[in-house]
Amino acid sequence: MDWLNAILQGTLLGGLYALFAAGLSLIFGVMRLVNIAHGDLIVLAAYLGLTVTVGTGLHPLLALILVVPAMGLIGYGLQRGLLNQTIGQDILPPLLVTFGLSVILQNTLLEAYTADPQKLDAGALETASVSLGGLTMGILPLLTFLIAIGVIWGLQWIFYRTALGRAFRAVSDNQEIAQLMGLNRRHIFGLAMALALAVTAVAGILLGIRTSFDPSVGGARLIFGFEAVIIGGLGNLWGTLAGGVILGVAQTVGAKIDPGWQLLAGHLAFLVILAVRPNGLFPRISG
Amino acid sequence: MSKLKIKPNRRNFLTGAAAVIASPALLSATRAYAATPTLRVGYVTPTTGPLAGFAEADEYILSGIKEALSGGIENNGKNWAVEIIVRDSQSNPNRAAEVAADLILGDEVDIIVSAATPDTINPVADQAEVNEVPCVTSVAPWQAYFFGRNGVPGEGFSSTYHFFWGLEDVLGAFMDMWGSAGVTKTVGGLFPNDADGNAWGDPEKGLAKPLAANGYELIDPGRYQPLTDDFSNIIAAFKTSGCEIVTGAVIPPDFATFWAQAAQQGFDPKIVTVGKALLFPSVVESLGDRGDGLSSEVWWSPHHPFSSSLTGASSNELANGYSASSGRPWTQPIGFVHALFEVVANAAARADDLDDPAAITAAVANTNLDTIVGNVNWANGPVKNVCKTPLVAGQWQKEGDSFDLKIVANAEAPNIATTGELKLLG
Repeated sequence: MDWLNAILQGTLLGGLYALFAAGLSLIFGVMRLVNIAHGDLIVLAAYLGLTVTVGTGLHPLLALILVVPAMGLIGYGLQRGLLNQTIGQDILPPLLVTFGLSVILQNTLLEAYTADPQKLDAGALETASVSLGGLTMGILPLLTFLIAIGVIWGLQWIFYRTALGRAFRAVSDNQEIAQLMGLNRRHIFGLAMALALAVTAVAGILLGIRTSFDPSVGGARLIFGFEAVIIGGLGNLWGTLAGGVILGVAQTVGAKIDPGWQLLAGHLAFLVILAVRPNGLFPRISG
Repeated sequence: MSKLKIKPNRRNFLTGAAAVIASPALLSATRAYAATPTLRVGYVTPTTGPLAGFAEADEYILSGIKEALSGGIENNGKNWAVEIIVRDSQSNPNRAAEVAADLILGDEVDIIVSAATPDTINPVADQAEVNEVPCVTSVAPWQAYFFGRNGVPGEGFSSTYHFFWGLEDVLGAFMDMWGSAGVTKTVGGLFPNDADGNAWGDPEKGLAKPLAANGYELIDPGRYQPLTDDFSNIIAAFKTSGCEIVTGAVIPPDFATFWAQAAQQGFDPKIVTVGKALLFPSVVESLGDRGDGLSSEVWWSPHHPFSSSLTGASSNELANGYSASSGRPWTQPIGFVHALFEVVANAAARADDLDDPAAITAAVANTNLDTIVGNVNWANGPVKNVCKTPLVAGQWQKEGDSFDLKIVANAEAPNIATTGELKLLG
């Protein structure tokens, strides 16, 4: 039963990791941009959520109505104003710029919100749980998992069923030809970043309800996001969810043996998959 | 991710070059010829980064100190002006070492002080020791300071001194509090894989042995990685063993994750006494109603019966002064940072020769001063260079909308009065 519980909790944890990773996966899939500041953007979203809940008294989940579009706008502005200037044949400049952005974000948040740990107050939702045949699931982790499925499904639908998705896939396949066909690459990239940060907003709010956060915690979350993306296969959104779940289960099963193995087991699972399937389990993009 | 390296750039180079070129001119104006000589005090503190909470009251404390020292310090009939130079460690040990070296070699400080966690003070003290500059530090358990710097009991260090409490005091205060509560003596240990967690969880030097000696059983599932998002296995282990007490040295985000998940998984301990995470009122407030009844060690509070040797302010006046000027609740490091400068001012007044680092070090070593955190006297320490200040245990209790840290157990330091009674959780 204990093992079953570890696997169950790991699966639910995978939902959170998939949310961390979905935005990364999307940006990388569309414009081959590795966003080092992703973790800090998640924390930024959590702080925006905090500002909204404290300012208006809304429940954190309702605050999403404001935070998601706000992050979307920030994403579009960020891409058009800054990151588009760095995108080219060389993948190094965007990497360095987002690294710098990460440092700037952390210190701006520190200046604006101080180093105090903050938490989003979701009331009874934080501690509620349901029991199922001896296994106990927290409502919040369950909700996180369901939201992760919903978000991935939504992204998948946008990618393969809408004109915007067609544009994303076109610039992803070949930027120059897409440009020749009348797509404004810069605008499309801006929209992709907006969408990615909208997802980040959801991840940030759920993180903020689950644990307390301060300006410096973003970086630690980044690595799980990267691992989930790579385990699942670059550019495959459902793969990202699977990657998150594999990572989560590996961690909790590792922790069942000894808590010190929690992260190690996750990293080992990642390395094994990288060794056996260098492109991840379900790659959409080669190389 | 947040490591910063200072690389030589045009501006740094120009500053350095200008200093080199200007130095002959400055040499003729050193303090030996000046009318009022200046004592330079360097202060390394984590103004920014994850440890910034420890340093949030720096500005207020320093303004008080500067006011008290505005008339200078009287030494051997001569008046010395005092200049305090503050440097940010950015919560990074490498950076702390760098700014300490810069203070010593660049600003040529006469004495260096530092506070807030081994990550800040150890590198600073190491730099001071190498350069033979007197150094006073605080706010880190003495074991982490002494053994963390490879100190040998009996030998100790030559220029660096530290005052705070140790792990034995924390444990004494905790057991004092738990003993009166009448709960099952099964303790769950929440120990992260960091310097503090490994020290507390060490099977030989940690909590396990003294706990066992007092009839407590410690359930230690193992070290978890800080900033983990899942504690389900640790919670399951505590639940199976029937733990009614949880203890550990945990950072705030990990505690928040653990505490919410414990409720989800139906784990309801009677007492939760955690070091580190529950020090700051802001952390407890962020937990909402779930923060009520959590307990922690208390190094300093407005109720401590001590006052400043420098300003004469009582603990209450210092703490409330900060609250009034900042609109924020008082924090425990305030007293200790203030006390650092009390020690400096006292030693500077007594030193035989303020131009001689060895004389200042000797004055520091001979300190016997009643500060705002208690008596500081290195003659009574557990090892050389270490002096212990009193420690009690407290519980956060909700009063109206805000939390108050009630002192609930004081067997270790009976001169600090209790201000409340321990209430069980749940």
